[in-house]
Amino acid sequence: MKNDEGQIIKRFRYQIAIFLSVIGPGLITANVDNDSGGILTYSQAGAKYGYLPLWTLIPITLLLIVTQEMSSRMGAVTGKGLSDLIREEFGLRTTFFLMIALVLTNFTNVIAEFAGIASSLELFHISRYISVPICAVAVWFLVVRGNYRSVEKIFLVACCLYVTYIISAFLLKPDWKEAAIYSVKPILMFDTDYITMLIAMVGTSIAPWMQFYLQSAIVEKGITAKEYVQSRIEVVVGCILTDVVAFFIIVSCATAIWAHGPKDINDAADAAVALKPFGPYAYLLFSAGLFNASFFAACILPLSTAFTVCEGLGFESGVDKRFHEAPEFYWLYTGLVGLGAAVILWPNFPLIKMILASQVLNGVLLPFVLIYMVILINKKGLMKEWTNSGIYNAVAWVSVAIMIGLTLALASITVKQLLPQAKIAPAERSTPVAQMQGVPKVQSYDSEGHPFKANIHESRVAHLIRQAIGIGKFSD
Amino acid sequence: MADEFLFLTELLGLKVYDLKGRRLGLVKDAAIVPLIHPSRVDRFLVGGGWAWLTVRYDQIRSISLDGIYLKDEQLTPYHSDEYMLRLVRDLLDQQIIDGQGRKVVRVTDVTFEINPEADGQMLSIIDIDIGLRSVLRRLAQGVVPPRLVRQVQTLIPPHSIPWEQCSIIEADPQRRLRLNVNNEILERMHPADLADIVEDLSPDDREAIFETMDSEVAADTLSEMEPDVQASILESLETEKAADIVEEMSPHEAADVLAELEEQTSEDILEEMEVEPKAEVEELLEYKENSAGGLMNTEYVALPENTTVAGAMEALRSHEEILESLNTLFLVDASDQLKAAIPLARLFTAAGATPLRELAPEMLIQVDVDEREDRITELFDKYNLLTLPVIDAEGKLAGVITADEIISLLREK
Repeated sequence: MKNDEGQIIKRFRYQIAIFLSVIGPGLITANVDNDSGGILTYSQAGAKYGYLPLWTLIPITLLLIVTQEMSSRMGAVTGKGLSDLIREEFGLRTTFFLMIALVLTNFTNVIAEFAGIASSLELFHISRYISVPICAVAVWFLVVRGNYRSVEKIFLVACCLYVTYIISAFLLKPDWKEAAIYSVKPILMFDTDYITMLIAMVGTSIAPWMQFYLQSAIVEKGITAKEYVQSRIEVVVGCILTDVVAFFIIVSCATAIWAHGPKDINDAADAAVALKPFGPYAYLLFSAGLFNASFFAACILPLSTAFTVCEGLGFESGVDKRFHEAPEFYWLYTGLVGLGAAVILWPNFPLIKMILASQVLNGVLLPFVLIYMVILINKKGLMKEWTNSGIYNAVAWVSVAIMIGLTLALASITVKQLLPQAKIAPAERSTPVAQMQGVPKVQSYDSEGHPFKANIHESRVAHLIRQAIGIGKFSD
Repeated sequence: MADEFLFLTELLGLKVYDLKGRRLGLVKDAAIVPLIHPSRVDRFLVGGGWAWLTVRYDQIRSISLDGIYLKDEQLTPYHSDEYMLRLVRDLLDQQIIDGQGRKVVRVTDVTFEINPEADGQMLSIIDIDIGLRSVLRRLAQGVVPPRLVRQVQTLIPPHSIPWEQCSIIEADPQRRLRLNVNNEILERMHPADLADIVEDLSPDDREAIFETMDSEVAADTLSEMEPDVQASILESLETEKAADIVEEMSPHEAADVLAELEEQTSEDILEEMEVEPKAEVEELLEYKENSAGGLMNTEYVALPENTTVAGAMEALRSHEEILESLNTLFLVDASDQLKAAIPLARLFTAAGATPLRELAPEMLIQVDVDEREDRITELFDKYNLLTLPVIDAEGKLAGVITADEIISLLREK
């Protein structure tokens, strides 16, 4: 009996040891997920629409868990990266065009990271002409000279800065009831800005590059199908953490900014208002958090892109190779870092707009990556007994359909607005959307007790779509 | 004379004509049968109507960019065949091992040579193409006329590997036999290079290679790998094969690997091992991983105190297998107590009759089995050591720590 217990404890210790040994990829991905794009997109969502967008977080978390879990499962079972698998199963041409799209999207993401670095330091009046070149060089050397691994842990610890949002949210005393209601109450509006925001939110939470990164990280870590169960826990915990942080960012911004009148976030100082309970330290905390997130992602993103592309196209890759051994890898990596930083230095470059736009691109590319993932993970020859279950596939395909639907809606509305006969002048286009009406009674008063104004513009396309699917008009 | 070679990208979609010049269909795939011939394209799979037809290599009059002309029309329908390596299905876009560059590469295209055969022509694989030039061909395939592609591609330097230097990767052991995959190319490599290659592969492929590899080579290769990869490989193998490999490793490395494994697995493997290596490994397993006992190995040469230089030389001559990494001799007294450590190089300048004792440096640096690892690295640094003897509680020589162990230790940090 005694022996049995000893055996169990031993067994338990072993389990913990395994768990600790597989920890890493999931949490790192989760934290890089809340990069500059993430922070600003959520801030913008909260500042402009208040608690309205909170409902998206539950489906986003679900989708995030589903996609991340699929990536890590594929990595653990096949021992190959996602671009490897796409190349092996779909051939070079498909891979090539997907990689082109990925490089373009990720390039805008890299720009966004440097924009994050620039705007976080501009809060302290450090010119971007100084901060960005220095950080670009630092990133390049850190990664190529291989000291990145040791720095990674510092980044991870610094991610605790996100806790400030949680504290801030409580100190700001938001209307928790309202926040709770909107967390589960879906509100759809066929408005360009709102749909763009939704796509950006999905795009920033479930970025295409993350699927490639996570799968490679799992492979590199040597996690096999056997240890996969522990790894799955880590991935799921990471996903939930990401969105808990997102929730508090939105709530903070909704309370600190939107409640006093919805507005666009135009610079880092706007977004830092969300941390105002910290008084004079608000800027410092926000800036430190944004800088850490941006720099962390700026290290991982170009590297992961270069790896993914070189793997898929069959070029040598790896920072342990010399330049002449892996020229394509180094050129791509250097190009992403160098050009990404250079774009920021363009005079009057709209930093915050760029960051938000990059997240939209993520959202547009995502369904395509998802389609390949779902096809791959259902191949018996590849995944053996680890293929998707029916429900899983249903969730994945529905997500793909929704994302494509959102993208098409965005595209059609944008096109419609560009056409001359659509008389929606960009200037009057739905700025005060947050004050919309018709979303039931609870919502007639905002958290400060001000009544909403009925002031919403509806594009012709939105009208048609609404009629087609039979939703009532958004006004009384 | 540009037609002496052909690329797989050009072969695919090539029109096949019968004796009267009528079009039969297009080339869809081609296959070699490695058991019969390692590089000759044995069959061309032609699609036209509902089913694919098989054209044998000896049914062809001529092959060029203009098409394939047959000299024999008795074609059979295509049936899948386990002995066939289909180039598009099994080779293109898959990973292979490049024995020359010692790395894993992905096949982008295949280069054939057009050779005369009886009264016709046949293809043999000469190169596997990787790199930008072949990427260009793949992207242009079926869109840009092949002759134009050939002209444009000369702007990019070629990047190919000779076919005979390539080893395909096949995880299914049955099919490995049928495709005549052997590990000859792999076993010729330095174990450290081979270890790098195997670490790049997926777990299934690793397992297949280790399963079929000679135990001695497997042991050398395994020794060069990261501890967690070692563990996952041994766990994936049959216990018997794993035990064979562990037996071939030095006891010290074997103990390290076994310590990484789940207890049950490592016990099972020990169970399968021969008595002698098993005892040594079990002894080493007793020590803590980050102590002198955990770092030391038991491959050393200890001689009686009164041995002369000539006697030592004689002893070494009969144990040639240890010479490669040997740099220190140890002297022990009748009760195995360590008395001196003599650098091997000193033997060369001493007369044959000199007792080894006289060549010993004044100070004997040694540590206890439970000495901490940071203290040990410090000693290595301070005294510029190559080897450090480890003694047990009774003062007996238990093993030695070598500099390469310290290097790995420091690199891990």
